Amino acid sequence: MLLSKSGLTCLLVGILSVGCWVAASTDAAISPVEHSSKQEAAIAFVGARLIPIDREPIENGVLIINGGKITAIGSADSVRIPAGTQTVNVSGKTIMPGLVDTHSHIGGIGAADGSNPIQPGVRVMDSINVRDSGFKRALAGGLTTLNIMPGSGHLSSGQTVYVKLRFSEQPASVAEIAIRRDDGGIAGGLKMANGTNPQGDPPFPGTRGKAAYLVREQFIKAREYQQKLAAAGDDESKKPPRDLDLETLVEVMEGKRMVHHHTHRHDDIMTVLRLSEEFGFRVVLQHVSEGWKVAREIAAAKAPCSVIVIDSPGGKLEARDMRYETCAVLEHAGARVAIHTDDWITDSRLFFRSAGLAVRGGMSREAALEALTLAGAEMLDLQDRVGSLTPGKDADFIILSGDPLSVYTKVEQTWVEGRKAFDRADPKDRLYAVGGYGAGHDQQPYFCCFGHQ
Amino acid sequence: MKRSTLRLFLLSIVACGALVSQATPAAAQVAVRGKIVHTMAGDPIADGVVIVTDGKISAVGSADQIAIPESYRVLQAAVVTPGLIDAHSVVGLGGMDNQDQDQEQLESSKPIQPGMRAVDAYNAKDPLVEWLRRMGITTVHTGHAPGELISGQTMIVKTVGNTVEDALITDAWGVACTLSADAQKAGTQSPGTRGKMISMLRQQLIEAREYLAKQAAAGGDASKQPSRNLRLETLARVLQGELRLIVTADRGQDIASALRLQEEFKFPLVLDSAAESYTMTEEIKTAGVPVFLHPSMYRSVGDRENMSFETAAKLKAAGIPIALQSGYENYVPKTRVALFEAAITAANGLSFRDALATITIDAATILGINDRVGSLEVGKDADLALYDGDPFEYTTHCIGVLIDGKVVSEEVR
Repeated sequence: MLLSKSGLTCLLVGILSVGCWVAASTDAAISPVEHSSKQEAAIAFVGARLIPIDREPIENGVLIINGGKITAIGSADSVRIPAGTQTVNVSGKTIMPGLVDTHSHIGGIGAADGSNPIQPGVRVMDSINVRDSGFKRALAGGLTTLNIMPGSGHLSSGQTVYVKLRFSEQPASVAEIAIRRDDGGIAGGLKMANGTNPQGDPPFPGTRGKAAYLVREQFIKAREYQQKLAAAGDDESKKPPRDLDLETLVEVMEGKRMVHHHTHRHDDIMTVLRLSEEFGFRVVLQHVSEGWKVAREIAAAKAPCSVIVIDSPGGKLEARDMRYETCAVLEHAGARVAIHTDDWITDSRLFFRSAGLAVRGGMSREAALEALTLAGAEMLDLQDRVGSLTPGKDADFIILSGDPLSVYTKVEQTWVEGRKAFDRADPKDRLYAVGGYGAGHDQQPYFCCFGHQ
Repeated sequence: MKRSTLRLFLLSIVACGALVSQATPAAAQVAVRGKIVHTMAGDPIADGVVIVTDGKISAVGSADQIAIPESYRVLQAAVVTPGLIDAHSVVGLGGMDNQDQDQEQLESSKPIQPGMRAVDAYNAKDPLVEWLRRMGITTVHTGHAPGELISGQTMIVKTVGNTVEDALITDAWGVACTLSADAQKAGTQSPGTRGKMISMLRQQLIEAREYLAKQAAAGGDASKQPSRNLRLETLARVLQGELRLIVTADRGQDIASALRLQEEFKFPLVLDSAAESYTMTEEIKTAGVPVFLHPSMYRSVGDRENMSFETAAKLKAAGIPIALQSGYENYVPKTRVALFEAAITAANGLSFRDALATITIDAATILGINDRVGSLEVGKDADLALYDGDPFEYTTHCIGVLIDGKVVSEEVR
């Protein structure tokens, strides 16, 4: 085990040796500069109903974008459109921010392998196929920002990556869609899971108690690693050898990397909160199917929840008490709630269905739309860039034919950083919106459980 | 404390519902009044009334023409439809928990096992049966799943009852057959290829034909009758037109194979899932074959990589009878809701009426049970679904369900 782990480290260090090592960054092999937007001239969208999310909807509004950013928003009589600005009449339409999906598996992903239940050093970004049709379908569903995660078959299956769907031209690689942190590192979290999915034969845990034990053991190791690094200060000779797994857990304990924690059952949720408190990591509770049973505790812990909403409960024991009411109960308890596709579990093109079903279960319409946008942005630490139609934020927005929560409404256009990335009127894009011959050719993501009973 | 908070909260949701009722749930004499009643037999009725007497519909019409007897319990809703029909499911066999002990939908010891009956495998008390019932699904065609070349029989039940006997409409409706990569075996096992699948099916049907011929030749002479064989008996019933062969086929080439087989053996065929059926509309129309179309959220990989939201509209336009199904995948979710599937067709080319028909009268007609269910007409079973708005909108609630005249759900779902 030790040998193979250090062998892996050597291999990766070899590959990465071209880049310079930035503290708290394990991704130096690609340019540290974020792929830039190419919007060339200002555009004003005039006449639509605007749903900014961070304030009341605006009837007959004006939205102005320039240089890939939102520069102005307001009612027609309050916003002055600079002379010479290209104007697009969108009366009768509804415009809202591009949707933020806090939990997706598109791109034919696969990170950690079957050798070990805890592999925080593995990056999902190294597995993403940007030509996977899942990206086109996500755009057709109005999604613009995604947290692409490895699966839930491990206690930690690796690092997630936050991406922008910059598909006005086909990206050549994940580097063109990856979001950058302020320090130049790839923005992303750490995927963790508890409950039944990561259970298996050794070295995987056979019980919930063993699962928590294994996680604690790794975090305690990481804490020691962190202390050695601190003690070494600037003295390179005293630093412990680099360990991709431990340094990722250090990032997590230092709050630089969010934990996105798959957890369904009420007791598993409480275990996540307990570990989060012990090791001081920031966590987004992912799925939270039984969150309605411990909503007060979740709210008290100020743990944000990213909820899966699907047609029916079950499919595994820990999801048997999944309810449409989960989002409503969490909202009522004062917890922050986002909704996710978990795409392959639900189709990104039908993301609004999940929010609609949450409203069916009692969630307010306002909170449901926020759950698809700003709440998710906060859970990815991207609330200063995306999630609402706010001047200064990225010009990521969607043009809808009507009420966002109506089944009859279509996503007509999806704009990312000031450029049109999906247009239902274009037959090439429409193919992915409705499906048809040539729309598929997906790769099946590496999941723990799909195809098994 | 937490539980009571939830209960309070849920109660407050329920209180918002439009269902007005005081009497006991078992009351048999009921009048259902809807701002719009979609009878699926003629135009929708504004401010309509459906009178339910002894489990059957005794009158349907507008409120100003139909008198509600004084003793009748009155339920009110914005929208009333016939109880919904899921044209193909594994509910009751494929249990909610997805654990070994509740998965009865697929027996993989042999690729061809038509003798297995659905009635022997159905759990009327599985929580998913209740889940669907409360969403307005009152009838399901369910049974052995796609996934083996011939996996067993199907049946039609209502989503009520303690036992399968309580629930039954039709104890044997069809035989489930799969022509896709899903039913192929690895290594030295058969079937390993598409050609082998058809070869094995033809062999089986020829044997069944010979079995029938021997039975006919024996006439009344019991000593000359062939020994009973449950496999061949079942396939013989297919050849005699008593049972349908339900062929799950997504690729155009597999749909063509199913039609070729049907032409050779002249059995009643239903195409199931049929992702690429939009490429074969002329052939399917000519063969006079109906389609149980796949759910919209099936994963679009493998044989289904070319599936489309618009297939229902294209088949309907071609004049092909269609019904929507919740389908079968062996992971989350364990059942979909046919109502949401019809909603997607309504948003992708079908009219509201035609979309609703795919889970009511058209499904009943394909299933051959339209004398009992599928529309709100005098003499039919009193199966109704009540909604507080457009049933296709995700944000609408099902607020009441009647099966055989009994109010089986008053929850706001």
